[in-house]
Amino acid sequence: MTPRRWQLVVLFAVTAGFVAVPAVLRDAYLLNVLILTLMYAALAQSWNILGGYCGQISLGHALYFGCGAYVTSLLFTKLGVSPWFGAMAGGCVAAVLALALGYPCFRLAGHYFSIATIVIAEIGLLLVHNWDAVGGAQGIQWPISRDSWWTLQFARNKAPYVYLALGLFVITWLVTYWIEGSRWGYWWRAVKDNTEAAESLGVEVFRSKMAAAALSAFFTAVGGGFYAAFVGYIDPESVMTFRFSLLFALPAVLGGIGTLWGPLVGAAILIPMTEITRSYMGGSGNGVDLIIYGALIMFIALAKPEGVLSLFQRDAKPEAAR
Amino acid sequence: MTAQAFFQVLASGLLMGLLYALIAVGLSLIFGLMDVVNFAHGEFLMVAMYATFGLWAIVGVDPVLLMPLVIAFMFVFGAAVYLGVVRFAMRAKTNSGMVQIFATFGLAILIQGVSQLLFSPDYRSIPASWLGGRTVSIGGVFLPLPQVYGGLISVLAFAGLYLLMSRTDFGKALEATREDQGAVALVGIDRNKVFALGWGLGAALVGLAGSVLAIFYYIHPQVGGPFALVAYVVVALGGFGSVFGALAAGLIVGVVESFAAIAMPPAMKSIPVYLLYLGVVFIRPSGLFGRL
Repeated sequence: MTPRRWQLVVLFAVTAGFVAVPAVLRDAYLLNVLILTLMYAALAQSWNILGGYCGQISLGHALYFGCGAYVTSLLFTKLGVSPWFGAMAGGCVAAVLALALGYPCFRLAGHYFSIATIVIAEIGLLLVHNWDAVGGAQGIQWPISRDSWWTLQFARNKAPYVYLALGLFVITWLVTYWIEGSRWGYWWRAVKDNTEAAESLGVEVFRSKMAAAALSAFFTAVGGGFYAAFVGYIDPESVMTFRFSLLFALPAVLGGIGTLWGPLVGAAILIPMTEITRSYMGGSGNGVDLIIYGALIMFIALAKPEGVLSLFQRDAKPEAAR
Repeated sequence: MTAQAFFQVLASGLLMGLLYALIAVGLSLIFGLMDVVNFAHGEFLMVAMYATFGLWAIVGVDPVLLMPLVIAFMFVFGAAVYLGVVRFAMRAKTNSGMVQIFATFGLAILIQGVSQLLFSPDYRSIPASWLGGRTVSIGGVFLPLPQVYGGLISVLAFAGLYLLMSRTDFGKALEATREDQGAVALVGIDRNKVFALGWGLGAALVGLAGSVLAIFYYIHPQVGGPFALVAYVVVALGGFGSVFGALAAGLIVGVVESFAAIAMPPAMKSIPVYLLYLGVVFIRPSGLFGRL
């Protein structure tokens, strides 16, 4: 078996491990942490497609996340459409949006591109905030309904959300795996490493960026749809702020940017830490939770610039070099 | 709109723009010097505001007089951030841009936590100042005195910065280091020292803005975020690394925002600013005065 095939075996083992967790773990709080960890792993993997593999550092992915959350919530609360289809629709809207925005933005380089993604997401946030037809600042409350796989509402037992988040992660992982070995993957890494050289060798740079953006936005929005169904209430501040854009990139960067396992490793460190410090120390409002959280992010970024994953790799990964 | 109302809106936009430029110029300076975008820039502003508030609460002297102390503190603070954090982020051999973003982002959260610990999350303000609540009237245009003071400070700061950059050895060392980091070492300039002084200077400039803003704005641990976003847009609009691009862009942003606030719901006043940024970079991908 090639080393690449072994990755699938690892995925199978990891997935099996996570599937078993809800059978032994009943604590609602810990399951909640697990769900968020898997969701952020999936979202970071989606970000990684554009930011890690294609090298386009978007700091505006909260726009796509919000797009998925809003389309799913609106279709469900106004038309009774199942979140399964709502999340797909949200993903498609986000992908089209990413293509429309990518058309002008991908001519920008470096920080000019990143700042453009920030301000576009901010415009989206402000518009939604002041748009009463989609709930405005009030947001959208999902009606309370009985547990069902059709509406994705599970009030008593959180285990189904674990499986859904896990499924989302596995799908984004498999898509990334497939891309890594395909012609697109080679093109994207070439665009990341040296755009001019790639272009001169016949790589279609613009089309590469557009494809990466559409795919990345689609899965980010599907994640947003899942999140909306999971929490049952969304408003602009809880799904579309700049902080979310950073939180989608952060696990990938901390775990290992442009790698298959970086997002999961990063999320597995970051999210439990965030949740635990927040619930045990955040209640007092004295800021100690923020101090620990900030110091940890700083420490990992400085101590392991290539990501935590590099601890386990003996050979330097060629795509990590710049 | 009457002529008087027009000038009223224009003047308040220009005054706010001068303050935006002063907030942004430190970010631009540091970027120009070493290609690092400081994601804790808004928190630098917040630290300066709390430093003003804290000194005022302890010493009881008017914030205007405390300004030199605040900028001295911010200079040391900025240099310490470089020596303690950013210096290590620059050592990263791979994806150094992301490392810098997230090291400074972690620092930003840490600073928010520390200020919450020291000052609680409550909104604070400095109720008594010589300038607070007063206005001046110039040809029928009424201007709040704190903003006029802020505008003056900003103009003086830019003039001082111009002299510093063009007339002093330190300014030449800054300019030389941004041109070629390797070559300056050969002529005996300590790169680390220049960077540390550059961070000190950048922080002192945003500190100046913070000491003014503390007089007429609420102070709380999250106050930096919105100003930092404006600063990023100002720096990028002016062109990364261009100090006087930041001044021009700050004024443009202030005026656009000021007119937008009366033409549409005030909550949406930032949208035209963002659209302006996008419009400019789609035509000129390196901002108004940037070198790409």
